[in-house]
Amino acid sequence: MTTRNNIIGKIDWWLLAMYCALVVIGVSAIYAAAFNEAHPSLFDLSQHYGKQFLFAGVSVFLGLLILLIDAKFFNTFAYVIYGFSILLLLYVLVGGSTIAGSKSWIQFGGFSFQPSEFAKFGTALALAHYLGGVNTDFSKMKTQAIAYGLVLFPMMLVLMQGDAGSSLVFLVFILVFYREGMSGKILIIGFVAIVLFLLTLYFSKWYVLIGVAVVSVAIVFLIERTKKNILKLIAVFAVSAVFIFSVDFFFYDILKQHQRTRINIILGIEKDIYGVGYNLHQSKIAIGSGGFAGKGYLQGTMTKYNFVPEQHTDFIFCTIGEEFGFIGSFVLLSLYLALLIRIIFLAERQRSPFSRIYGYAIASIIFFHLMVNIGMTIGLLPVIGIPLPFLSYGGSSLLMFSLMFFVFLKQDANRMNIL
Amino acid sequence: MIKNRANFSSRKYVVIAIFSVVVLVLLIKLFMIQVVDQSYKHSSDNNTLRYITQYPARGKVYDRNGRLMVYNEAIYDLMVIPRQVKNLDTLDFCSSLDITREFFQERMAKARRYSTFSPSVFLAQITKEEYGKIAENLHKYPGFYFQTRSVRNYPYPVAAHTLGNIGEVSKKDLEKDSYYKTGDYIGKSGVEYFYEKELRGDKGLKIIVVDVHNREKESFMDGQFDTLPVAGKDIYLGLDAELQLYGERLLKDKTGSIVAIEPSTGQILAMVSSPAYDPNELVGRVRGENYKKLLNDSLKPLVNRATSGIYPPGSTFKMINGLIVLQSGVVTPKSAFPCYGKESQPIRCTHSHNSPVALYEAIENSCNPYFWETFREMFASSRFSSSKEAYSYWYDMVVSFGLGSTFKTDIPSELAGNIPKSSYYEKLYRGSWNALTIRSLSIGQGEILVTPLQLANMAAAIGNEGFYYPPHLIKSFSDDTPIDSALTTKRIIDIKPKHFKDVKIGMCRVFEGEHGTARMSQIDSIQVAGKTGTAENPHGDDHSLFMGFAPADNPQIAIAVVVENAGFGSQWAAPIASLMIEKYLRGYIKNTNKEKRFLE
Repeated sequence: MTTRNNIIGKIDWWLLAMYCALVVIGVSAIYAAAFNEAHPSLFDLSQHYGKQFLFAGVSVFLGLLILLIDAKFFNTFAYVIYGFSILLLLYVLVGGSTIAGSKSWIQFGGFSFQPSEFAKFGTALALAHYLGGVNTDFSKMKTQAIAYGLVLFPMMLVLMQGDAGSSLVFLVFILVFYREGMSGKILIIGFVAIVLFLLTLYFSKWYVLIGVAVVSVAIVFLIERTKKNILKLIAVFAVSAVFIFSVDFFFYDILKQHQRTRINIILGIEKDIYGVGYNLHQSKIAIGSGGFAGKGYLQGTMTKYNFVPEQHTDFIFCTIGEEFGFIGSFVLLSLYLALLIRIIFLAERQRSPFSRIYGYAIASIIFFHLMVNIGMTIGLLPVIGIPLPFLSYGGSSLLMFSLMFFVFLKQDANRMNIL
Repeated sequence: MIKNRANFSSRKYVVIAIFSVVVLVLLIKLFMIQVVDQSYKHSSDNNTLRYITQYPARGKVYDRNGRLMVYNEAIYDLMVIPRQVKNLDTLDFCSSLDITREFFQERMAKARRYSTFSPSVFLAQITKEEYGKIAENLHKYPGFYFQTRSVRNYPYPVAAHTLGNIGEVSKKDLEKDSYYKTGDYIGKSGVEYFYEKELRGDKGLKIIVVDVHNREKESFMDGQFDTLPVAGKDIYLGLDAELQLYGERLLKDKTGSIVAIEPSTGQILAMVSSPAYDPNELVGRVRGENYKKLLNDSLKPLVNRATSGIYPPGSTFKMINGLIVLQSGVVTPKSAFPCYGKESQPIRCTHSHNSPVALYEAIENSCNPYFWETFREMFASSRFSSSKEAYSYWYDMVVSFGLGSTFKTDIPSELAGNIPKSSYYEKLYRGSWNALTIRSLSIGQGEILVTPLQLANMAAAIGNEGFYYPPHLIKSFSDDTPIDSALTTKRIIDIKPKHFKDVKIGMCRVFEGEHGTARMSQIDSIQVAGKTGTAENPHGDDHSLFMGFAPADNPQIAIAVVVENAGFGSQWAAPIASLMIEKYLRGYIKNTNKEKRFLE
């Protein structure tokens, strides 16, 4: 096969351009956030930006490699990669290193690597392979159970590492299931559950229960009052009540104090600008101080004086918010949204269900990271330490997102060869 | 490949809608904080936030009558944030602060080592006058600003050992308690140290927007994130400031100490250690220099002799022995023993009086042979099978007066003194010892060592006829926080009150009897019970001791006085105690001739 010419001609250059733009923005932002006057060179490997620049180079090299190997490789070895990622997760539970409170790292040489990042990739492949299989029918209960199992298993393992933030990412596969035929009701139930969850934390469980009861009674007057409908409503109410009490139990008896505190700070229940709330408080000031047009590149004072801890990693968006203002934030978010929509459209034009499902999976993962990461820096969501895709400092994060991205790019470029 | 399955491809619009709505929500929130909400704004002219610690007012200290003993006075610390120091005219800066270039560089280096972007104290404790001079030029020195602080001030220049002082936190303090930051003040000794947590209060924080010219512009977000400091609690001590002052005057130019206790509560009324110093000397920038001077003084003014001076109790200890032999049942107040004066064996008598003597006369005359004989009788008694057993009985009684150990209350730098255990003698004499071997104990000499505080407490316990409250400084807090219940828990001595009554009669005769060793120190219309002591001192002249209480039947003050190397107790310690008692009970001295020789 004359792979080379074929590939270059068929690559979606728009998608690749967006990827490159995000990586360049990321390295520049890290340069601004971690800037050290004593080492102004971007290529200084002793500095965060030097390292990130190196990681970016490695990522591009990795991308080229993926573009050159056979497209069927990832479909064929999907379960092997999934199995390997599960093994890594199990290994971490036994021999992992603890960084920032969660035992989720493997260290070799000078680098540390988070297998949970790799597990997202593995799960996306396995799910795409399974649901895209010739004899798989998602309308069957058994199929659904297996598909959910593929996601829940790594999710539980990540949760056991004490990394609740990363384990939440797996929930986003619900969008993939929805696309493949899962009932829309589950999406709605999920949404209602989140609302009830938040309300239960804000108010006493008894108030929420009374609220649900009032809404239920109101619905009785709106719908046709058949026996069946009434019974259904009572069932819904009962399930809600059980849910509310479980949340209460979960929040006060299962969550750890620092997780509880983070959620409480977001909800405004606790105010603690020196402890956990410090990051959030500083991050909001940095972003807010950027104003409409920003302070200009390398001119952000909050950024330069290290007012925001972890700024080069999970709080990298602060730098963009402060130095480029609302315009910069708008451009960046638009870029992400364009990338997501592009992936969805490309996914839909795939002939192979594997490629389509895989495309949805990575779009969902990028979406979830984007939502939670930016949501936390501006105080919409709890401080959950997950990176901003392609931007945050960190080798394993950038490499994994690049890997996921290039595998999709390759699948898309190869779409005509299917059949 | 394409199978006959329900086609859900239109669901892509739902997924895209979800993506778009979430991004829209994020953008709206960003628009709110970046464009709409002006409070996050300090435009793009390099504004920064300055976090200013709002120091709470440290609690004040009052005496038992509400007289102010310690309060705060404003001073200023010059702070520096090294990152923000730009284009500094060092020469001009140094000359306006009156510091050398080397000093400047040393302080800057220290500040940089701590942190380049957090404030450090550059120059501490600048007075109001100096502050005025520098403040008007401050705009020339970006990165520097003033922080108001307070130092302690003592209207009564007394009780330095008791009140203690504050100083900059040490590295250890910083590690132990995250409340403190470099340059903060912490109680270093005395009441300031012990009640640090109550006195310090809670810090507040003010966030101020500062422009590039080092000018403070406004409160950040209308002070939404500011916290107010909470002032420390005020403390009322049991101390009587006037009595303390009087005591320090009486002991001026002497070495020694006075401890006065209120027997009904255990509160310290006065605690004098001489030579003393003015607590104001250890305040502000002169602290270091003065501290060094005091530290190197050969008379050791920094040592609190009242709690860490240890002395043989001498004859004052005979009260304890008298009580123990009465309680043991071996002797009664009527039991009389012969005294051969200077010919007495094995301990001679230093006073001339009738013979034989019973308890009252023995105390009045401080008769050594009587106390030796009764001590010997007890050891010889059939009650005890061995010297060791008798000694253990005696030992338990002695330590129940609080001797031989510290009280562990809020009183600083206590020493335990020494009451040897029987095992000590077992070892020293290899198991072969008896009353004769340890005869010095019968007259309060030998290995026994007590502090003036313990001696005063002993007086309080005798005055109370068998119990005492552990001596302590605090009376109450300004709010209604209760004081430690251990301080108000009675400690009971296992000796019958009637024995105390008999000993008290003897102690009154020390003042009233015709041979009484303190008859010269009687006070008109106040009945004092007490005992003088002359403690042999292997290092020099004898120490002059006194312990007692008044009024004898309902004691309101128990007192111990030690004057080092001054000779007889009757000459120095007893008259000083008598003046203190009169001053406290009457408020003034009726016969001013008595105080003349001390106050000149």
